[in-house]
Amino acid sequence: MNTPQTFQFFTHLQLPELTGLKARNLTELFEHVKTVSGSVIYYHTHHFLQQHQYLSPEPPNDFAYWVTEALNEIELGERLTSINTCEFSSIRALREKIAETIESFLAKSKRSLRESDEGREFHFIKACSFVFPTPYVVSSLAEFVEVLKKVTIHSIYFHMFEARLRLEKGTNDFSLWFETSLKEKELAKKIERLDPYTHTMEGLRGKMIQLIERRLKR
Amino acid sequence: MQALHPLKEYEPVIGSQVIEELHLLAEKTKGWTIQNINSTSVGGGVAEILNRMIPLLQELGVNARWDVIKGGEKFYRVTKKFHNALHGKEEEIGQEDFDVFLETGEMNKKMMELSNGEVCFIHDPQPITLVDQRESSAKKWIWRCHIDVSNPNPRVWNFLKKYIDRYNAAVFSAPSFSQPLSIRQFLIAPSIDPLSDKNKELSSDFIQSVLQKYQLDPEKPMVTQVSRFDYLKDPLGVIEAFEKVYRYIDCQLVLAGGEATDDPESTEVLAKTRERAAQNPDIHILAIPSGSDLEINALQRASAVVVQKSLKEGFGLTVTEALWKGKPVVASGVGGITLQITHKYSGLLCHSVDGAAHAIKQLLQNSDYAKKLGENGREHVRQNFLLTRHLKDYLLLFLSLFHEGDIIRF
Repeated sequence: MNTPQTFQFFTHLQLPELTGLKARNLTELFEHVKTVSGSVIYYHTHHFLQQHQYLSPEPPNDFAYWVTEALNEIELGERLTSINTCEFSSIRALREKIAETIESFLAKSKRSLRESDEGREFHFIKACSFVFPTPYVVSSLAEFVEVLKKVTIHSIYFHMFEARLRLEKGTNDFSLWFETSLKEKELAKKIERLDPYTHTMEGLRGKMIQLIERRLKR
Repeated sequence: MQALHPLKEYEPVIGSQVIEELHLLAEKTKGWTIQNINSTSVGGGVAEILNRMIPLLQELGVNARWDVIKGGEKFYRVTKKFHNALHGKEEEIGQEDFDVFLETGEMNKKMMELSNGEVCFIHDPQPITLVDQRESSAKKWIWRCHIDVSNPNPRVWNFLKKYIDRYNAAVFSAPSFSQPLSIRQFLIAPSIDPLSDKNKELSSDFIQSVLQKYQLDPEKPMVTQVSRFDYLKDPLGVIEAFEKVYRYIDCQLVLAGGEATDDPESTEVLAKTRERAAQNPDIHILAIPSGSDLEINALQRASAVVVQKSLKEGFGLTVTEALWKGKPVVASGVGGITLQITHKYSGLLCHSVDGAAHAIKQLLQNSDYAKKLGENGREHVRQNFLLTRHLKDYLLLFLSLFHEGDIIRF
């Protein structure tokens, strides 16, 4: 457990659960996006971060990728791609934005809907998350950066993404601890300002290490 | 069962943190009894994975067991028909086939010693009826489907569904295999073992010796498909595609595969493939005995392009193996292959003989492009399709059956 002075690293592992739901066109996609559980929206907007760590930039969400690749709806694909996940502090708000984007496209579109080829339907998947405490507990910035160098990317992922958006803490765990326990407001801000969605997980780790080490040298 | 390679040996491939995380996770399943049951101990992807997985689960403190059901020739003919029908192939299936299936199921129910531990883990349709015994055995039952059931024959699927719905969870290898079921369904891709004889690094001397043994020309670019001789792997389609390439490029084709004990159809397909290839001395049909993993590894490594032109595919571990070796792959966009290959990024997907021929030609003539695809493919496999990721998923699967909710905190 974290006391005000210490920070315990947790890790996050994920198992994809199939919902059996699928969409063949935009209307079906829209209907399901509105009603599936938040864990489904979370999976389709985040799983690429852990699965394709070597790719950057990556398609930011599965909805954008499918709309572009399977339906050849380039314009809508671009609009969905440009949704900045960073701007949203809850899955609820992110879902609303995705649904609204599809809905306004459907309202304006005058031609008949495109259907995906057989075998290329969109399959809705839910993220089943498991959160574990790791043995790493730190009480200073110097200790923190040493552990940051060796934890898995799943641990970084948990504190940077899951905590902020899925657990609705408003910010990432690292910034929260830097600010409230270490009184490192400036560093907390700098970490918070990193757009984690435009980095690979290893890239994000490197960037944070650089910022903390620079602070330690001052 | 002795671990062929303890977990520590995987560190250079995947990093020590991943191993550390596996130990952390396994603390929650320490001492659990997991009984795996399938239909064959040799040949085929399922047996291959279990052979590797069981010792590693044991190393992590899980009491993992593996039992194999018994069945005669008649039973395996029926299960082969079921297998094809589940893949969507036309099959004549009569009541007597269901009777044979159920009779063998009854015999196995009497003979199989079921544990009363945490999980009974049934692989594929052959042992599916064992779930009839669930009241007096393990706490949770999982059915693991390794087959592409995206368009199954409704008669066979509905027959099996009565049993599937009585499990606690089903596991599929690709999202498109998911079916309307009353139970939870998980997505777990299979994996390869980077340290196994089939995947480890080999010396060039050894590779050369294998080429010599099979009278293959080391100077001629080699196009290879490794798979069982099975209609669903479309060996005749591969030959047709190769011949379209052969008109323009001096190359050779190798179709190499073993035989599985639960696959009586393979002898017939092998004979037809040999007959089709007889006219061309640059087409080599190699029936390699099961267990010749080093030779298969050498053939894959010696290849300029690896092909997997399956009509249906559960996952396509031969694709994973080729990608891991950094080979450019041309494969059908079916089943789990689409999880492994992103078209033009980590390989080339095809949907026809002409498409396959075009892609093979493209790769043989553009070595830089082929190299780049191979490199991307290897990294994708490192992160998603190695045994250690599979091990992690299985541990999470076991845990998920004993906890409610989408976010489980420990």
